[in-house]
Amino acid sequence: MNRICQSLRHPRYQILATTAPQSLLTRFLAADAATGAAVDKATMDKLVRTNKVVVFMKGNPQAPRCGFSNAVVQIMRMHGVQYDAHDVLQNESLRQGVKDYTDWPTIPQVFINGEFVGGCDILLQMHQSGDLIEELKKAGIISELLKAEEAKQQDDKAK
Amino acid sequence: MSKYDSKYLEEKLKRELQTEYVSVTDESDGCGGKFSAVIVSPAFSGKTLLQKHRLVNSTLAEELKEIHAFSQKSYTPEEWEKVKAQ
Repeated sequence: MNRICQSLRHPRYQILATTAPQSLLTRFLAADAATGAAVDKATMDKLVRTNKVVVFMKGNPQAPRCGFSNAVVQIMRMHGVQYDAHDVLQNESLRQGVKDYTDWPTIPQVFINGEFVGGCDILLQMHQSGDLIEELKKAGIISELLKAEEAKQQDDKAK
Repeated sequence: MSKYDSKYLEEKLKRELQTEYVSVTDESDGCGGKFSAVIVSPAFSGKTLLQKHRLVNSTLAEELKEIHAFSQKSYTPEEWEKVKAQ
């Protein structure tokens, strides 16, 4: 436990999943501290469900460290989505763990309701086609863009 | 610097996926590290967006090990007709 507590102070272990259960964090850190191996499937199963929407990215939402991660952040902002973000640059085990988990080669990666949705490309296409609004609705999230559209329709009817 | 160029990737996608249309653009000033692709093939029929991307990723698995960024838009021929009409 002392080793784990010491590890908690190391910048590598800063995680932006503010709502993650403490027991999950402890287990997650233990797995990494003990072996340096990729984060295992059981831990990933929990990580992708700490919120309705979970994003594994480079950097954090306030300071994305690559254009593709930034694009995902901007899309989430447009839709008004609250989500957990994990900075894989802070943890190589997590970076490899999420790629192994999804069998997807790149970062960022987006999960909705625990299901892998895709990377930047897919999220952008879903945003452009309107599919993202539907996926968020299935997760019980009403997109700000949908609210704006419905408000506009109400205004049009009132004319 | 990767050893792959747009023409190579286009030919491989055309051969492996029997594409009706494929266009790969090198966006890395020629060093072969960043590409974007538009891919049209009946092989995408009945597949979700994620499945389409996985199919392309597995087709180019070897090349993607060296490519830093690969961006794709993948359509069935029917979807492509709609896109072109817009």
